[in-house]
Amino acid sequence: MGFRLEVVTPERQLFSGEVDSVLAPGAEGQLGILPHHAPLMSTLTMGELLARRGEEELSFVIYGGFIQVLPDRVIVLADVGERADEVDAEQAERARQEAEELLKKEPPPELRAEAMMALRKAQLRLRVTHRHRLRRPTEENP
Amino acid sequence: METLREIRRRIRSVQNLAQMTRAMEAISASKVQKAQAAVLATRYYAHRAWEVIVNLSTVRGIPLHPLLTIREPVRSALIIVFSSDRGLCGAYNHNVVRAATDYARLLGVPVRYVAVGKRGRNILWRLRAPLIAHFSGLPAVPRLPDVTAIARLAMDEFLSGQVDAVFLAYTDFINLLRQRPVVKRLLPLRPTCLEDQVVCEYVVDMRPAGVADYIYEPSPEALLDVVLPRFTELQVYQTALEAAASEHAARRAAMRNATDNAEELIRDLTIIRNKARQHAITKELLDIAGGAEALRQLQETG
Repeated sequence: MGFRLEVVTPERQLFSGEVDSVLAPGAEGQLGILPHHAPLMSTLTMGELLARRGEEELSFVIYGGFIQVLPDRVIVLADVGERADEVDAEQAERARQEAEELLKKEPPPELRAEAMMALRKAQLRLRVTHRHRLRRPTEENP
Repeated sequence: METLREIRRRIRSVQNLAQMTRAMEAISASKVQKAQAAVLATRYYAHRAWEVIVNLSTVRGIPLHPLLTIREPVRSALIIVFSSDRGLCGAYNHNVVRAATDYARLLGVPVRYVAVGKRGRNILWRLRAPLIAHFSGLPAVPRLPDVTAIARLAMDEFLSGQVDAVFLAYTDFINLLRQRPVVKRLLPLRPTCLEDQVVCEYVVDMRPAGVADYIYEPSPEALLDVVLPRFTELQVYQTALEAAASEHAARRAAMRNATDNAEELIRDLTIIRNKARQHAITKELLDIAGGAEALRQLQETG
């Protein structure tokens, strides 16, 4: 028996459906949630949100947000987020290169922080798409 | 009387105009739909986020968060006016600015303004209203990152004690034909976006029944610090979308009027053209008839 998972961003609903387990990037460490988890509220950091449904794995990229675990469902309020299969790998790669270029030039502190953030985002997106590809080779290379 | 050629040229130019306004009308109509769809998409998140806020605010022993605390009496206020960057939308901008200034008069305390959109800014300038910032260049259908700066400014002003309340003046979208300028409170927060407004009006005593105590990570206060600014941004975002839908609806109506006027003008001009053409033909016929008659008379006498 699973539970209901809802993933929403302010701009749209990313997912809603039954899952068996959830692995979320909690602010205080990874949060693994199985059915009958105690009610919980926690902030989320940037990371990958993984949900398992039978053999199937659902993956989302999340840039911060909030998780609410209720007895019968789990609600993820992501500040910004996207489904792993929507991530534009080429764009992420470009963003990564740009951020690295910028960091090489020893920018001022505030720009540096921004570049670091962009780099981390790009790396996360690349990692998630990479894993996503490995998992479904039949669809990617028919 | 104008010559036939001149009238024909005028008809053509009016026809071109009508084609343009008709296209703008169609474009605006589709933008209305996009903005409306975006508003609907935010509802779910807003609902869930408010549930979380209510839950956190009712945890025993923690003080009410500053963004939720009502300050009485209100000694100064900030009004954020949502207008458009571009014209050709009838009285849209004037109406929303008037709603804001009327509301300011009603409040009876010093009010400062933030203008979103160039047109509103220009009107407020002309009124010599105290303007502390302005934002422009929002896309036709704004996205959340486009408005976060506006929300941040509002929160900074409110939390620093510069103002005791922040209001949003915008045009509420009722339907394609009707939009109404309104003023609603942004801070201190209140869930105006929800259906069951009245129920949620007061945060106190709203603990959802039947839910056991939560584990809060890291702490209820820290969680509120994350959720409340997000919720504020969301409110501003929803308002911007609502205003965008109204702007496009107003422009659509203005363009529809322009198209109708152009068509009427074309009808009138066509009648004038036909008259002129008929006149020319009659004149030619008269000339021929007159010439023939003169010739006949000449032959008879001669």
